[in-house]
Amino acid sequence: MSSITYLEAIRLAQEKALADDPRVFLYGQDVGNFGGAFKASKNLAKEFPGRVFDAPLSEDAIIGMAVGAAIEGMRPIVEMQFADFSTCGFNQIVNHAATLYYRTGVPCPIVVRLPSGGTSGGGPFHSQSMEALYAHYPGLVVMTPATVEDAYSMLLEAVALDDPVIFCEHKFLYYHLKAEELPETALPVGKARLARAGRDATIVTHGAMLHEAIAAANELATDGYELEIVDLRTVKPLDMDIVLASVARTGRLLCVSEEWPWGGVAAEVIARVTSEGFGLLDVAPQRLNAKDTPVPYHPDLWSVHRPTASAIAEASRRLLNI
Amino acid sequence: MPTPKEEPPVTSAEFIKAYRVMLLARVLEEKLASLYRGGMIKGGVFLGRGQEALSVSVAQPLRKGDIFAPLIRDQAGRMAFGDTVLDTLRTYLGSQLGPMKGRDGNIHRGRPREGYYAMISHLGAMVPAVAGALLARRLKGETGIVGATCLGDGATSTGAFHEGLNAAAVEKLPLVLVVANNQYAYSTPNSRQFVCRDLIDKAIGYGVAAHKVDATDLEQCLLTLRKAVRAAREGGGPQFVVGDLLRLVGHGEHDDAHYVDPALKSAPIGRDCLLLAEEQIIAKAWATRTETAAWRQEAEGEVNSTVDKVRREPGPNPEDDDWMAYSKSEFAEHYAGA
Ligand SMILES: Cc1ncc(C[n+]2csc(CCOP(=O)(O)OP(=O)(O)O)c2C)c(N)n1
Ligand SMILES: [Mg+2]
Repeated sequence: MSSITYLEAIRLAQEKALADDPRVFLYGQDVGNFGGAFKASKNLAKEFPGRVFDAPLSEDAIIGMAVGAAIEGMRPIVEMQFADFSTCGFNQIVNHAATLYYRTGVPCPIVVRLPSGGTSGGGPFHSQSMEALYAHYPGLVVMTPATVEDAYSMLLEAVALDDPVIFCEHKFLYYHLKAEELPETALPVGKARLARAGRDATIVTHGAMLHEAIAAANELATDGYELEIVDLRTVKPLDMDIVLASVARTGRLLCVSEEWPWGGVAAEVIARVTSEGFGLLDVAPQRLNAKDTPVPYHPDLWSVHRPTASAIAEASRRLLNI
Repeated sequence: MPTPKEEPPVTSAEFIKAYRVMLLARVLEEKLASLYRGGMIKGGVFLGRGQEALSVSVAQPLRKGDIFAPLIRDQAGRMAFGDTVLDTLRTYLGSQLGPMKGRDGNIHRGRPREGYYAMISHLGAMVPAVAGALLARRLKGETGIVGATCLGDGATSTGAFHEGLNAAAVEKLPLVLVVANNQYAYSTPNSRQFVCRDLIDKAIGYGVAAHKVDATDLEQCLLTLRKAVRAAREGGGPQFVVGDLLRLVGHGEHDDAHYVDPALKSAPIGRDCLLLAEEQIIAKAWATRTETAAWRQEAEGEVNSTVDKVRREPGPNPEDDDWMAYSKSEFAEHYAGA
């Protein structure tokens, strides 16, 4: 098999979900014959007639319709053209999909795909990382695949899950991340993964930041320091066992997240580690997030706005006192 | 539907003024497309080719003190409202000296203090914002003000469009809401966007005045918008204008628009409003071909020299940016490491 991109893995997962389960359908702007703004549903309308179709420019209706269809036993996968536009469907996500099971005992198996995160030149409205925002709401599962393999297997898991899933696929990884083959099996939903073993400090991260963190770890390795990296995979539920086990080994914690600092995933991980594992920490835990401004458009501002490998390396050095 | 016939006819001066803005917008956008292909643009490029007649006609009857909230394909309207080649290029080329200082780009530029609102990407959002601006003007005792905003056929499917237009109608605000019905929202044809007979019918549902125009025809656009703007200014409440036309470019410059129905391209709706306007100028002997060619050359000269200038300007320096999202600097929070 020729190498598969992260984006193609998403397309293949949608194809498999459609093939395996007649309850699955795809709905979203331009997802039909056009195959989606990013081509994540290329050819699927042709392959699965009547099950992949274009929606009007109406996020509120798109998600509301998915909720209704899910109540009737379907498994809709809806695409937001960009994560940022999901705010126009926010009400249906957080007040309807998220509360349904708790209120009625009827689950709401929808998958909302959010092409997320920053890319050069994206600007304030085509760059947002919304995982922390959605994770705030009880009832939503929030996935943030960082690898091609996870993009594929987690999307399939998302479709199979009875609870509503916010699937934060990272646009920065779409084209340049590649794998030779797709996995047959995967970690269970809600399990994090040790992406790199180390002894000196733990970095907890997810999404595109995983790759920045790995690059930073490689840089520090040349100085003889070994960073351990936890890839959260799902930010809700959060796998604290693997995080605490790692901090128990290293005594030092740096959380790296692309979203804004206030109330972010990094903030949550640090809160949990300090309350559940304070004694494991040798020094105060640290975090690195995007700056607390809208995501700037100009590439030179953007590349400083979000955490980068060099910023992570620098923060790691401070954490290690070197 | 009110007929534009009661309007005094479009004068040659009015027509030529609009035509020259359209031409400048066209030449500038052609340059943007070539800069995009050359990798010189930061971010995407979304052009208004084929929509210049409608766009310029929205802004030409506006005055200083009015409000204009343009959308994606309104380069011509922007320029008629006072935007410049310089500000446009500074934004696209990422100059620090542009109105957005590199913080936002391309079509998202604006100068709100001058009534030139800076759109957010979320379509429909400018409708209630302009309505609110007009409400404020009323509360402040300002009269005779108009607020105009544009959107596409696709954006008429947003909640913000419905809610904004309805609220404006309830308040009887001087809002001119112009739909550039270019038959597609990205790849989505109108048949997948709405099923009403004509977008103009939406006006009935909100109880607002409706105006329909062939947006390939500059003269008709000028008449219709002049009338709509005047009606709003004189207390007639929201004016809903639908201009039918075809998007003559891809959704963005990354898009080859292969999905556009060839029948539409060869139909009257697929005609190029700029060429039609030029033909009319010649037919009416308002100018000669030599003169129109000279106007184009003049526009090209301005665009090219501005590109040369802007390309030498610095981009934003992250060290100099204050990274402040609050006007009150005391609200800056310092996150260790950030
Ligand atoms: C609320 C919202 N959803 C999705 C998008 C992504 N998007 C940008 S332009 C566009 C198509 C717009 O179509 P239309 O309103 O007809 O304007 P046109 O591009 O044809 O001028 C879409 C879907 C958006 N900007 N805002
Ligand atoms: Mg359109």
